[in-house]
Amino acid sequence: MCKPEWRRARVQAQRLADLARLRRVRDRIDREYAQPLNVEALARDVNMSAGHLSRQFRAAYGESPYAYLMTRRIERATALLRRGDLSVTEVCFAVGCASLGTFTTRFTELVGMPPGAFRRQAAQATADRADAAGPDGDAGPAIHGEGMPACVAKQVSRPVRNREAPAGARPLA
Amino acid sequence: MDITIHTTFLPHDDPDASLAFYRDVLGFEVRSDVGQGRMRWITVGPAGQPGTSILLAPPATDPGVTEDERRTITEMMAKGTYGWILLATPDLDATFEKVQAGDTEVVQEPTEQPYGVRDCAFRDPAGNLVRIQEVR
Repeated sequence: MCKPEWRRARVQAQRLADLARLRRVRDRIDREYAQPLNVEALARDVNMSAGHLSRQFRAAYGESPYAYLMTRRIERATALLRRGDLSVTEVCFAVGCASLGTFTTRFTELVGMPPGAFRRQAAQATADRADAAGPDGDAGPAIHGEGMPACVAKQVSRPVRNREAPAGARPLA
Repeated sequence: MDITIHTTFLPHDDPDASLAFYRDVLGFEVRSDVGQGRMRWITVGPAGQPGTSILLAPPATDPGVTEDERRTITEMMAKGTYGWILLATPDLDATFEKVQAGDTEVVQEPTEQPYGVRDCAFRDPAGNLVRIQEVR
């Protein structure tokens, strides 16, 4: 009775609607990363189970929602640590991490050094730039991305995930 | 040479929804609107800047695009990894409040970025990322 092309169109429309839901979850992580988010709450808001959301999100974006959330937090943490006026513990809580241990472990995995060492290095780099610019010099922005729009600099300077999206596993999924 | 950036393109999947966002929420003027149904090409742009436009267009209409490529593009639009644009305004906070009041999906509240800009971000109805940067 049902024509195959109708069925295909219905399946594809459902798939696009599911992807749009995943997009909203990802955007919410970007927006609310500093809140005490957890995967159960994210899943509840889009009427999915936590396991289903994690699997679907990983299939679409190459990493789990938890990994994406932690990457987002560590990205913001690097920015705050570069400022130099906050301690590692303050930064950890400011970006929404409840555990200093988890924060330090994930930070070290993504950035390649512990947050304390990163903070010291950033402070040293800022001091060196200030010296180079003279006593009244501006230390300048922490990341130099001359010639690129700032939002591209943001992507370029974003911490690299350990696991990239597997290529060609499923088309786009 | 004297070259201006005249028109850039963003895809839509629901022309009326995209038109409402760019015209009613961002306050752009509509410069042309051709076609019908989902096949509509709508040119919008900020008032007072007639030389620069955004063309809201149906995606993947080139006959050389294969069925697989078309599906890939519509899926990337849905998951929010396809189109994006960078806009700018002198008053970021007022702009953010107005756009947010338009029932728009917020991706990022106004934030001071480490590379020296302050910006916020939204989704348009087709899943394009609309980032707005403060002009200082």
